[in-house]
Amino acid sequence: MWLFLGIIFSVGTLIPGKLSLKLQYDGDQVLHIVPETFQQVQHLQHLCSTLLLDLWKPLQPEDIWAGEDLHIRVPAPLVQEVKDSLAQHMISYRVLIPDVHKLVDQSMPRERSNHRQVSESYVYTQYHPMEEIYQWMSQIQKSNSELVTQHYLGKTTENRTMYYLQISQPSDKTKKIIWMDCGIHAREWISPAFCQWFVKEILQNYKSDPKINRFLQNLDLYILPVLNIDGYIYSWEKDRFWRKNRAPYMNGTCYGTDLNRNFNSSWGTKFQVFQIDNTSVGVSYNCDSEIFCGSGPESEPETRAVAQFIKRKKNDILCYLTIHSYGQYILTPYGSTTKPPSNSEELMHVAEKAAAALMEKYGTSYKVGPTSLILYNNSGSSRDWAHMIPFSYTFELQDNGTYGFVLPPEQIQPTCEETMLAVTTIIDYVGQKYFPGGAVMLTSSSLGLSLCLTVAFKWTVS
Amino acid sequence: MELPRGPAATELPPSHYSATRAAALAACYICHRLGSPGHGLAPRTVRRAHRQDIDGVGHKYYLELVLEDITDNDRTVNCTAEVLYHLGNKNIAPDVQFTTEGELQNTDEADNIFYNRIKSLEKELVAENIPDSHGNVSPEMQPIQLLAWVASGFVIWQNSTENTKFQLAQIKHVKQVKRSDEYLEFDYKILLHEMVSQEIIPWQMTVLWHPQHGVQVTQDSRQPKHASE
Repeated sequence: MWLFLGIIFSVGTLIPGKLSLKLQYDGDQVLHIVPETFQQVQHLQHLCSTLLLDLWKPLQPEDIWAGEDLHIRVPAPLVQEVKDSLAQHMISYRVLIPDVHKLVDQSMPRERSNHRQVSESYVYTQYHPMEEIYQWMSQIQKSNSELVTQHYLGKTTENRTMYYLQISQPSDKTKKIIWMDCGIHAREWISPAFCQWFVKEILQNYKSDPKINRFLQNLDLYILPVLNIDGYIYSWEKDRFWRKNRAPYMNGTCYGTDLNRNFNSSWGTKFQVFQIDNTSVGVSYNCDSEIFCGSGPESEPETRAVAQFIKRKKNDILCYLTIHSYGQYILTPYGSTTKPPSNSEELMHVAEKAAAALMEKYGTSYKVGPTSLILYNNSGSSRDWAHMIPFSYTFELQDNGTYGFVLPPEQIQPTCEETMLAVTTIIDYVGQKYFPGGAVMLTSSSLGLSLCLTVAFKWTVS
Repeated sequence: MELPRGPAATELPPSHYSATRAAALAACYICHRLGSPGHGLAPRTVRRAHRQDIDGVGHKYYLELVLEDITDNDRTVNCTAEVLYHLGNKNIAPDVQFTTEGELQNTDEADNIFYNRIKSLEKELVAENIPDSHGNVSPEMQPIQLLAWVASGFVIWQNSTENTKFQLAQIKHVKQVKRSDEYLEFDYKILLHEMVSQEIIPWQMTVLWHPQHGVQVTQDSRQPKHASE
C-alpha cells in the first residue's frame, strides 16, 4: 500500500502545487479484482489498454493472470464505465481505495502537526476534541486581543473549567449583550462547531461586513463554545451518543443529568399526553433516562454556572441563543406550556425572518415555532428559563435525521454558513430595535465617513 | 386528497409535532415498501395534515407529504398517506396506506451491481460503525447503510405510537449471513434514536434482500441498553 502512495508522492512532486495534485486524483478509485477465467483476463487486458488505466499490480497488462490479484487505479470520470463493463462481463471487484485523493490528502503532512497545534490554520470544517477547543479559545484571544477576551464561567462536575469568549468592540459606550451557548448536549457535535465558526466569522468580517459592524457598535457577543464539557469529552472517548453531563447518581451506578431539563423553568413538570394512554413525557425523574432532570432545579454545576451569570447580567442581555441539533428548527418559548409568551408575535416574526435568510443560502428549510407545538413538551429548558430575556431562541441545526447526530464533516461548512445568516439576522434585528438610528454603515470604504457622522450625531445630541 | 366521512377531521398546522410524527412514520413505511440498497426515502415536508378522532378505534391522520431521495436530495416524491394509530393496544402497529405520484427512480443497475458484488465475496461481509463517529461512510458501505435505513423503516413502523419519533442513528455492527438461495441476508445491530424520550435504543434485525423481491425484515428484537458506567 505504501509503495503505491510512494508512487503518488513522486508523481505528485513533479506537479507543482497541491492544487494540481488534487485535480489529478480527486474521486479516483483503486479496484481489486481476481480474474477467474482466461476470458476475464483478456477483457481486463483490453480494458486497461484501451482506457489507459493505471495498473498498480501487476505493472504490465501481460502480467495479468487468472487467480492472481489485480489492482487498477481508475480515473474518476471512467469509474462508472469501468464498473459497468466489469459487471457486464461478470467480473467481480472490490473497491480498495474509494478516493485516492482523500487518502493522499490524509497522509500528507498537515500544517497542524501531530501535536495538533491551533493557530491561524485551525480547521473549522472538522470536529475538534475539547483539548483543541481550549487551545483554540486562548489562541483566538491572543490573535484578536483588541476584540476578544476569555472569561471564567465556572466548573463542571468533573472539575473542568468553563470559559466563554467575549467579543467586544472597544468603545466608551455601554453595550448590551447577546449570549450564545453551544454543546449543552454532548452528542450534538455540530453545535460547538457552529460556535467556533461563528466566532471566526465575526472576527474575520467585523470590519468589512456592514451588518456585523453595525451591531457590534452597541452589542457585545458572549459565546460559550461548549457548555457540557464533561459530556462532550465522554462522547469523544467512550460513547458517541452520550447526551447528559457526567454527574454520578445512585452511588455511581448511574450517570448524567440532562442539563436542558435542569433549569428552573417549571422544573420537573411532566406532561400527560393524549387520552389514549397515560405516558408522561417531557422529563424523567429517573437517572437512567436521557431526559433526567437532576435532583433539583440547578442541581448541576454547569447549569448553575450559566444561570448565575445570566441572572447577574440579566438587565443587559437582550438575546439568549442556545444551539442544538438535529431537526432544523428555530424554537421559541415555551416547551412546558402552549400558552404563548407575551411577545410571541414578534418572536415568531424575527424567527421567520431568520429562517428565510437561512433558506436563501442553500435552500434548507427550517421549521419555526414554540417547542410545545412543534417538537414536544419539556420542562426545565435553558431557553424557557431565559425567557426573562426578550429574545430567547433554541436552534436545532442540521440535519433532518438522515445522519442526525453524526453529521458528516462535509456538512459543517454549509450548515454553519446558512446558520450564520439566521443568527446574524436575529442579532441585527435586536440591535436595530434597541439602538435605532445608530450609525448607518454604507460600505466598508465609507467607514470613515460614517464614523464622522456618528461622532457628529453624538456631539449634537450630548 | 379526499377526506373521509365520519367524525370531523381537523386540519393541523403542518409543523405541528403530531403531523410531523405521523409523516415520519408514513415515510418509514413507504421507504420500507419501496426502498433498496440503491434507493432510500426520507421525509422532507408536510404539505397538509388532518386528524380524525375515531371513537373506540384511534386517531387517524391524513397527510400530503413530500419525500426526498436520501442519496440525491434534489429528487423528491409527492405522496399522500393515511396513518391510523390504534387506541389502547400498543402491540398493533399503526395502519398505513399511501400513494406516490409519478415514477420512482429506477435503481436496478445499482442494485444489481451491489447484489453481484456481495454474492461474489469470498468471505462474508462484516462492518462496524456506519457512519463512524464523524459521520463518514465509505462509498462501498453506502448500499449497506441504505439497506439498513430501508429495513429500519419496518422496525420503526412496527414500534411507533403517537408519542414517538424514531430515526436510525447508526449501524453498530453488520454481518452478512451466507445463504444457499438467491437472497442476501444481513444481521444488523443498529441504534435507533427516539426523539421524544431522546433515548438511543439498540435493536437487532435480520434483513433479507433480493433485487426483484424487495427488503424483508424476518426477525427483529429490541436489545437491552448497556449498563451505564
